[in-house]
Amino acid sequence: MRETIYLDHAATTPLLPAAREAMERGFAIWANPSSPHRAGRAARAALEEARERLKTALGWQGEVVFTSGASEAIALAITRCVFPLAAVSAVEHEAVLRHAGETNRLAVDSFGIVAPADCALPGLVAVQQANNETGVMQPMEAIADAVRGAGGLLLCDAAQGAGKLQTPDADLIALSAHKFGGPIGVGALLVKDWAMLRPSGGQERGYRPGTENLPGVLAMAAALEADRGWLDEAVRLRHVLDNAIRAAGGESIAEATARVPSIAAYRMPGKSANAQLIRFDAMGFAVSAGSACSSGSLRTSHVLEAMNITNPDEVVRVSIGRETTESQIDAFITAWRQVAGTGTAA
Amino acid sequence: MIYLDYQATTPLAPEAREAMLPWLAGPEAMGFANPHSPHKPGRAAAAAVEVAREQLAALLPPGGRVVFTSGATEALNLAILGRKPRQVSVSNIEHSVVSNAGRATGAPIQVLEVGADGLLDADTAFAPGSDIVCVMQVNNEIGVIQPIDELARKAHAKGALFVCDAVQGYGKIAAPAEADMIAITGHKMYGPKGIGALWVRDGVHLDPIVFGGGQEGGLRSGTLSPALCAGFGAAAALAMDRMEEDAAHCAALFDLTLSLMSDWQLNGSADHRWKGNINLRRDGLDVGRLMSECREIAFSAGSACASGKGEPSRVLSAIGLPSQALKSSIRLGFGRYTTRREIEDACAILNAAAAAQGV
Repeated sequence: MRETIYLDHAATTPLLPAAREAMERGFAIWANPSSPHRAGRAARAALEEARERLKTALGWQGEVVFTSGASEAIALAITRCVFPLAAVSAVEHEAVLRHAGETNRLAVDSFGIVAPADCALPGLVAVQQANNETGVMQPMEAIADAVRGAGGLLLCDAAQGAGKLQTPDADLIALSAHKFGGPIGVGALLVKDWAMLRPSGGQERGYRPGTENLPGVLAMAAALEADRGWLDEAVRLRHVLDNAIRAAGGESIAEATARVPSIAAYRMPGKSANAQLIRFDAMGFAVSAGSACSSGSLRTSHVLEAMNITNPDEVVRVSIGRETTESQIDAFITAWRQVAGTGTAA
Repeated sequence: MIYLDYQATTPLAPEAREAMLPWLAGPEAMGFANPHSPHKPGRAAAAAVEVAREQLAALLPPGGRVVFTSGATEALNLAILGRKPRQVSVSNIEHSVVSNAGRATGAPIQVLEVGADGLLDADTAFAPGSDIVCVMQVNNEIGVIQPIDELARKAHAKGALFVCDAVQGYGKIAAPAEADMIAITGHKMYGPKGIGALWVRDGVHLDPIVFGGGQEGGLRSGTLSPALCAGFGAAAALAMDRMEEDAAHCAALFDLTLSLMSDWQLNGSADHRWKGNINLRRDGLDVGRLMSECREIAFSAGSACASGKGEPSRVLSAIGLPSQALKSSIRLGFGRYTTRREIEDACAILNAAAAAQGV
C-alpha cells in the first residue's frame, strides 16, 4: 500500500514541531492555573505569557478568551454578546448557521461574496474571513465599516484564515489551533472590548469557565509564531492545480476571486463527489467533499448552493499544507485525470 | 515542591502521555488527521477516539453513551442547559459550575442542605416540580461521598432526572449506577486537561449547547482531539487496573496524615469519604499566613477556582463552620504519585508553621 498523500489540510493540518515541543513543555507544567500555590502560579504565568504571545503574533490589541476550539468560541460569542444576532452570511460554517435559526441570511454572489452594504445592521453580524469549502475571502474591511456604520458588531469566524491571513478588523473573532499547526482541542475568541460580552462566571476573567488547557494554549501560541513563507509556495502549487484541472475538463470554483492560499475546490463534470472520494481514497489521496464534519453525509453543500454552482454535488475540496510538495500535486493531477476518464490509466 | 493539591489537578500519568504522542505526530505519520474525515487517515483517528470512548465507558454504568466535551464544566452545562429544566434541585456544596448553569436556565433552584458531616440525608425531600436533581459524588473540598444511588432513586420516584458531577470520583471509586447523567474530566484522574465527557443514559434526550459540524451525534459540535481522547482513555484504563491499589495507597496516606496532624480537626465525614482528600481545621489559624509560610508545599484552602480569588469556602460554610473558622482550614489532596516521605515532610512543615502562629 502506497503512502497516503494528504491534501485535506483545511480539515486539520499536522502539528508543527514547535507546537509539539511547546505542548510537551506544557505537560510538565501540569498544576491548575487557578491554584494560588507556587506550582499554580507558575502555570498561570505560563498561560498569561502565552496569551501575550498570541496577541503579538496576531497583532491583536483587544482581549483573548481561550476556548476548546472555534465551535465553542462562536457559541460563546453569539450567546454572550450584548447584541442579538442580526444576520449571518449564507456561506458560514454550520457552527454559525446552527445558531442563526431564522435569522436573516446574507446572500452571496456567484463567487460566494457578501455585499458589504447588506451588513449595515444594528446588531451582531457574522461573516467568515475565508470559506472552508472554497477558500473565498470576504471583503472584511468594507464589511466592518458597514456593520460599525450601522451601530452593529462584527463576528468573524477566522478558523481558516488565522495563521495565514492578516487578522481581520472585527469585534469578535473565533479561531481554532488545529487549522494552523496547533493541536486539536484548543482555540480562542478574540474580543475587542469586554463590554461586548456578558460574563458567565468562572475562569478567563469570568467569560469561560473550566480549567484551562495549558499545553494546548502554549502549543497554539507557538504555532501562530511559525514562519508563513510556505503560503507563497501554496499559491504557486494551487495555480498549477487550477490550470491542470481546468485543462483536463474540470471547473475550478471561484478561481477569479481572492482565496486563502491553501484551499481550492474543483468540479469534475459527470462524477459525483462521493464517487470521486471513494476512488481518491482507494488511490491513497485524502481529500474531501465540503467540510470534514459534513463530508460523511450526502447533503449538498449549502456553500456551493448559495453560490449557484451548477451540479454542486460534483465538487471536491483540495487543501494544501506546509509540507505539500509539487510531486504530490502532480500525482493528484494524474489521479484526477484518471478518475475523470480524461487521462490514461496508470 | 511537595504537591498536595490532587483535587485541583493531577499530574499526567506517563501511560496517558505515551498514548497521546502518536496522535500529536507531524506530517511524517498520519496521526494528525481529523477524526471526522471519511478518508483513511481520518478513519484511523476516529478509531482511536472510539477505543478511548470504550475505555471510559468501562468505568461507567451500562446502558448509556459517552459524549466527549472540553471538560466537566462543559459536560455539566450540557447536562443542565440541554434539558431546559422547569426546576432544579442542587446541593449546597456543588461546584460553582452547577449553580451557575442552573441559574442560566432561568428555572427556580431548590438548594438541598448538607449536614455537619457534609452529607445529604438519603431522605432529603426534593421540591415538587423539580425535573433535574444535581448532586456531586465526591466533594472537591472535603472529600465526602454522597449516597448518590439512594438520592437518584428518590429523584426518579419524583419523576426527576439525576445529574451527578463525578469529577473527583471517576476512576477512583465505582461510578454511581443510578444516575442518568455523569460528568467527568481527564485532568482530575491523571489524564490531560482540555477533555471531559458526559455519560448519558440511553433514552435521555438532550439539546446541544454548542452547534456546528454535528459531531458526537449532534450533541457536541467541534473537532475531537484524538490525542486528548486517547490520553483520557488510557488514564481510564489505568484507573481500572489500579483502582484498588490506588485507593489503598490513598487510605494509608490518609491515616498517616491524620496521625501526624493530631492537633487538627477533620472537616466532613470521617467514614463516607474519598481518602485522597483531607480537609483539616485548627482553630485560630490564619490560613493565608500559613500558605505564604509553607511555599514549598502546594496545597489549598478550598477549591482551586475559589482559593485563587481568596473567597471563603462555601462548602465549609455549608457544613456549619462559623465564619472565623472558614479561614482556619486547609485542604490536602494526594494520590498515586504521593509518597509517605512527602506526607511526613509536609506535615512537619505545616505543624511547625501552625505552632509558630501560637495556635
